Amino acid sequence: MRPVVALLLFASMALAACQREERDTRPQSALGSGEQPTPVTTLEPGGQRPSPTDNKAASFEANAFHLSEGKRLFGWFNCSGCHANGGGGMGPALMDEKWIYGSSMESIHATIRDGRPNGMPSFRDKIPDDQIWELAAFVRSLSGNAPSSAAPSRNDDMMVHPSENRMPDAATLGKSP
Amino acid sequence: MKRLASIAFATAIALFLQGCAGWQSALDPKGPAASELAWLIWFFTGLCAVVWVLVMAALAVPLLMRSRQHAEPLALDADADSRKLRVVTVAVGLTAVILVGLTLLSFFANRTLAAIGSDAALTIRVTGHQWWWEVRYEDATPSRVLTTANEIHIPAGEPVRLLLTSTDVIHSFWVPSLSGKLDLIPGRMNVLDIKADKPGVYRGQCAEFCGAQHANMGTFIIAEPRAKFDAWWNDQLQPAAAPTGGEAKAGENLFLKRPCVMCHKIGGTPAGGTVAPDLTHLASRQTLAAGTLTMSRGNLAAWIADPQGVKPGSHMPVVDLSGDELNAIVAYLEGLK
Repeated sequence: MRPVVALLLFASMALAACQREERDTRPQSALGSGEQPTPVTTLEPGGQRPSPTDNKAASFEANAFHLSEGKRLFGWFNCSGCHANGGGGMGPALMDEKWIYGSSMESIHATIRDGRPNGMPSFRDKIPDDQIWELAAFVRSLSGNAPSSAAPSRNDDMMVHPSENRMPDAATLGKSP
Repeated sequence: MKRLASIAFATAIALFLQGCAGWQSALDPKGPAASELAWLIWFFTGLCAVVWVLVMAALAVPLLMRSRQHAEPLALDADADSRKLRVVTVAVGLTAVILVGLTLLSFFANRTLAAIGSDAALTIRVTGHQWWWEVRYEDATPSRVLTTANEIHIPAGEPVRLLLTSTDVIHSFWVPSLSGKLDLIPGRMNVLDIKADKPGVYRGQCAEFCGAQHANMGTFIIAEPRAKFDAWWNDQLQPAAAPTGGEAKAGENLFLKRPCVMCHKIGGTPAGGTVAPDLTHLASRQTLAAGTLTMSRGNLAAWIADPQGVKPGSHMPVVDLSGDELNAIVAYLEGLK
């Protein structure tokens, strides 16, 4: 009896290894860009409105495929031209804990889509909406705001800073656990 | 009945061997490198087959022959022992000679392959990307340097030097009818010399697993007479044809306003992306998406409308376009001869 139980246990553990992240290359159908206004404040007369959180943000945030696609697009679209691999140059640094417009996915998505004063261009209509979400998720991973199990682990070329999955976790940064 | 079976068998073999001909076959060589390799393949296969048959026969003879019963099985027989020793010595000697001979043959074949491009006048830089080929024709005059994608035109009967590299993962360049394979390695330049004896179209394929769409990473070598090749090069250097007609004009406008412009280049327009195939003369190519689809209006529309359905995982994203916008962009691209 015992060997049978052990065998079953082993088989179930082996099967668990088959779990694999889905690569969703078409997060949404071609119909409807899913664009919606991102409120710049949650203050509102007569009580707070429901959270604007788009469930799309959550599905992109901890997904290794979307994070690595975001990393590729970050290079392709020359984000480094101003943000210098996240270290900051003409544009602000992306790998520190300072967020001018907030650290939420929705806020970063709005920054890329609509631009911000003093230099950030608007990429509306130039980058498909899903790809903007991928970029937003990757930007968050630059400062340790992505699970290290999902964040990109290597560059295709020279490593300019430790890979994103080795960034100190933003939640516990500077504090003893 | 028996005759019918043998006819059917012969037909099946003929059909099977038919698969070895065509535009992508190492057994149907169309250039000096491939001929050398094909000869080597047949010689190795033939010689090894002969050796295999001899070994099998040597094993079968004692199995089938009734052996003499010895009165004293353990008695020493110096004569028989030295006879057996001679046979084994000769067999070992023959094996060594054959192995050394085959090694020398492949060594000399390599020398022939290396000599093909020693006087190559044309140098083409081939860069592997997931999952397409960037092709750049080098020239001493900068204005004659030409960048295109997936289809490599070469002059027939002339050696051509290919410089192979990659920007992402390791790929491998393999046009079986013309040459052996050689890897494209990021950060490294490999040199492959090819020569096509006659004009023709030869298909190539990425031969190193490189990700989801490895199978759809094809290329075409188009060998043409020198005059035709020069004319092709001059045509390709021209900026893109200006759109004719309202729909195509609207298409150009949309191409520049929508995500297309972020990655693709069209010479003569502000579109200057270099991370995706150059579309300046897209419609002059025979296929789309590295040999995935043949070039036609319908396939162009299908590819733009849903690249992830045609080639799942490819780096071309689904772009939100209305039907009219899609038609306009297709009308524009179709005119880029």
